[in-house]
Formats: sequence, structure tokens, C-alpha cells
Amino acid sequence: MASKRFLYMNRKAPHGSVYALESLEVVLIGAAFEQDVSLAFVDDGVYQLLLNQDTAALGSKNFSPTFKALGDYDISKIYVEAESLEARGLTRDDLMPLTWEDEDDDWAEKDSIHIVSSEALAEIIEQQDVLLNF
Amino acid sequence: MALEHGGKTYETDEEGYLVNLSDWSEDLANEMAKADGAALGENHWEVINFLRDYYEEYQIAPAVRVLTKAVGKKLGKDKGTSKYLYELFPYGPAKQACKYAGLPKPTGCV
Amino acid sequence: MSVLHIVNKSPFERNSLDACLRLAQADSAILLIEDGIYAAQQGTAVSDRVAAAMAKYQIYALSPDLQARGISEDRLIDGIKTVDYDGFVQLACDFDKSQSWL
Repeated sequence: MASKRFLYMNRKAPHGSVYALESLEVVLIGAAFEQDVSLAFVDDGVYQLLLNQDTAALGSKNFSPTFKALGDYDISKIYVEAESLEARGLTRDDLMPLTWEDEDDDWAEKDSIHIVSSEALAEIIEQQDVLLNF
Repeated sequence: MALEHGGKTYETDEEGYLVNLSDWSEDLANEMAKADGAALGENHWEVINFLRDYYEEYQIAPAVRVLTKAVGKKLGKDKGTSKYLYELFPYGPAKQACKYAGLPKPTGCV
Repeated sequence: MSVLHIVNKSPFERNSLDACLRLAQADSAILLIEDGIYAAQQGTAVSDRVAAAMAKYQIYALSPDLQARGISEDRLIDGIKTVDYDGFVQLACDFDKSQSWL
């Protein structure tokens, strides 16, 4: 079966609603199908990738470390919209470093996070076969 | 469901997975294995400890494919095969080993 | 014809329409449904932006949602087309994929 290009579009902040966790679970489950998967983080979705999230006092699961496992699941294309970061006073340094290991390049560790303009992201959306929204 | 051990009762789900991660002990792992008719040796413990470390770091139990790859990297290539892991955990490496490790069933594992 | 962008949130409550206008390529179409149809009216805080976007996109509004909310067609921004449920299905078929801005 030819693989399809899946884009998961994440636009909600992480702990105020269940969207972010649900999206991550679908991504992990979907990874078993070995498709060409990309993740996009837009608007409040960029807050999902912030460093130092700690939900201990909320008594809810802190799923933010799970993003660091995405590389193990061969997910290496994580797009963050530059305009959304900027609107929230954030830069790349505020985000968790996410990496993957390139099997074809002697397991070199590479960045998964790509900060892209709205224009570039619009083009990426256009190239997909399936768009999933959270 | 529940698991009785050493005069204490531990809450489990309908498939025997511990409900509270903090209930786990090596003793309890051996007890769960015994109930399945298995005995845990050094090679089992290697994988169980690997899973516990993985969970601690990422807050998930990895899918089999991911587990296999990661075990190969951490414990040696000869161990990073599904044959090796299925021999250790015939009910499915992710499923069975996660149970003994006191972790929830892996995401996406049905 | 490639992406049909669907917006179902009021532009006065949520930023779904903003995200859509920022990330939809020219020649896409935008379909306003449910509370998204409030963006189709003239004389609102967003109508200038919507009118300007019409240069880039064809914009549709779902008529059952307009009627339900008491928004008559003569109050819509010029050039916005209305579609009924059959038209919605037809649009979904005409485009390769749809993007729902939740």
C-alpha cells in the first residue's frame, strides 16, 4: 500500500481541553500504519511544545514528555508556525528540543522542529493527502 | 479486579494491569508472572527495567516496533528482534512485559 | 482546486477564521458553516477582512445555518455564495481534501 501524507493540525493549548492529548494518542496509534506523518502547531497549539510543563499539582497526566518519544515513532516533521510563536512572545528556545535519529545517516541526531512561516505552512497543507484537526 | 499479595490487595483493570503505577514492586512483578505460569529471569528483567525507564522518561509504554528498535540500541542488536522478545514474552512483548512492569497497556495496543 | 477550508466558529469568539485566512492558499475555497456564518455578514468588525479575502478565495456560507440564525441573504457581503446541504456535499467532492478549522 502506498503511503499517504497525513498532517495533524494542532491549534489548542495543552491542559485546558482534551484536544492535545487526544491528538498525541491518535498520532502514536496511527504511527503503527507507517504513513508519512507531519505535525503542525498553530495558534495556541504552540503552547503544547513549551519547556517545563508540570501538571503534578493539577493531578492530571503530564503528556508533554511524550512529544520527545515521537522521534522513536519515526515522526520527524514537526512544523511550528513562526507567526503563532511571535504573537505569543515565544521563540524556538522556549520549546522542547525534539529530535529524531536518521537511520540513513549513521543514526545522526537531527532536529524534528521546523519553524515555518504561514506561507510555507500553507504550502505544506496543500501537499497533504489527509488533514486531521485537533 | 484485584491482585492479592503479601496480605495486601492491589487494584488492577480487567486484564490484570495495575491501576496505580506506584503499587509496583519487583515482588509484585514476580507474582503476576507466576499467575501467568511464567518465571522472570535476568533477560526478562532487562526488558522490564527498560520499559520502566522508558515510561519514566516519556510517560508512555512504547509500541512493539519502537520497543524492539530501542532494545536493540540499548541492550545489543541480538536482543532487538521480535523473535527474541516474543520468546521472553509469548503473550506479546509490549503487552505482557508492560503488565509485569506495572505500566498501562501500550497506547494503540488492542 | 485542492483544499476546501471549513470554518465553523464565530469570528468574534474564536480565531479559527484568522487561522484559515492566514494558512489557506489562493484558489482555495472557504465554506462558512454553523457559527462560522456570522463572518459572512456586512457591517461587522471582520467584514472588511472577509471582503478583502474574496480577492483570493471563493467564499461560501451554508444557507440552513444562515436561516437558523436569522441572517438573511441580503445582509451578506457581496460575492459570498450560499449553498444548501447538497451544495456542501458537492463542494466536498469538488476538492481533493478539506481542512476544518476547529
